Amino acid sequence: MSETTGNRKIAIICSKGTLDMAYPGLVLANAARQAGIDAMLFFTFWGLDMITKKKLSKMKVTPVGNPAMGMPNIVGVIPGMTMMATSMMKKKIEAIDIPPIDEFIEMVHDAGVKLYGCRMSVDMMGLTEDDLIPQLEGVITAMDFMDLSEGAQTIFV
Amino acid sequence: MATLEMAGTSLELDDDGFLVNRDEWSREVAEELAKADDISLTDRHWEVIEFVRGWYAEKDESPTLRRITKVGGIPTKELYQLFPEGPGKKVARIAGTPKPEGCV
Repeated sequence: MSETTGNRKIAIICSKGTLDMAYPGLVLANAARQAGIDAMLFFTFWGLDMITKKKLSKMKVTPVGNPAMGMPNIVGVIPGMTMMATSMMKKKIEAIDIPPIDEFIEMVHDAGVKLYGCRMSVDMMGLTEDDLIPQLEGVITAMDFMDLSEGAQTIFV
Repeated sequence: MATLEMAGTSLELDDDGFLVNRDEWSREVAEELAKADDISLTDRHWEVIEFVRGWYAEKDESPTLRRITKVGGIPTKELYQLFPEGPGKKVARIAGTPKPEGCV
């Protein structure tokens, strides 16, 4: 009757810095923990915004270059459109009881998801560990990721 | 079909270990269901179970873990300590409510 299937483990790479693409990794990591599966999140490139103190609450979604949002690109570039799309998405997310990014990060951390920043991306963006949220286990290299994700099913977002 | 044997009766369980007939739930059944998960129920467990059952009675669905935290006031960390290795289904199973349908 156990929920776990042995040592199942999931490693999720978050590489995007837009609001819409911040959610899949968080939802999956949280679901993994709820089902008793080990989970780790590795934040790289623009995904680093999700763990950068000054940015995680300011992530946005843009209608430009996203045909799924049904808005012509030429309209999407009008000033204010990104803000409008972001505000609409935040409302919809709240309406279905999904937390905002900062609260979600806190929640998955409390649920036991291990959070790691990418060394190369941190260096590239000129950040220090002080710029990153305290829930982080650490900033690691790609090779460290290989060690830590051994035996894990890996998902790239 | 799995069953839960207790005090001379045999309760039907589905593939995930949930009671097939939710009306059969009682505090004693909850104790037995918890035992199957190596959990011995404390007062704090009962607070969670009572919240979940209250929510179900009112809304006809199981609360998500986030609801148990936000509305029931049981912190995420504690939920994972009380119901280790997969609180998502465990809480509802022991409380005798349906599988939660929300994603968080």
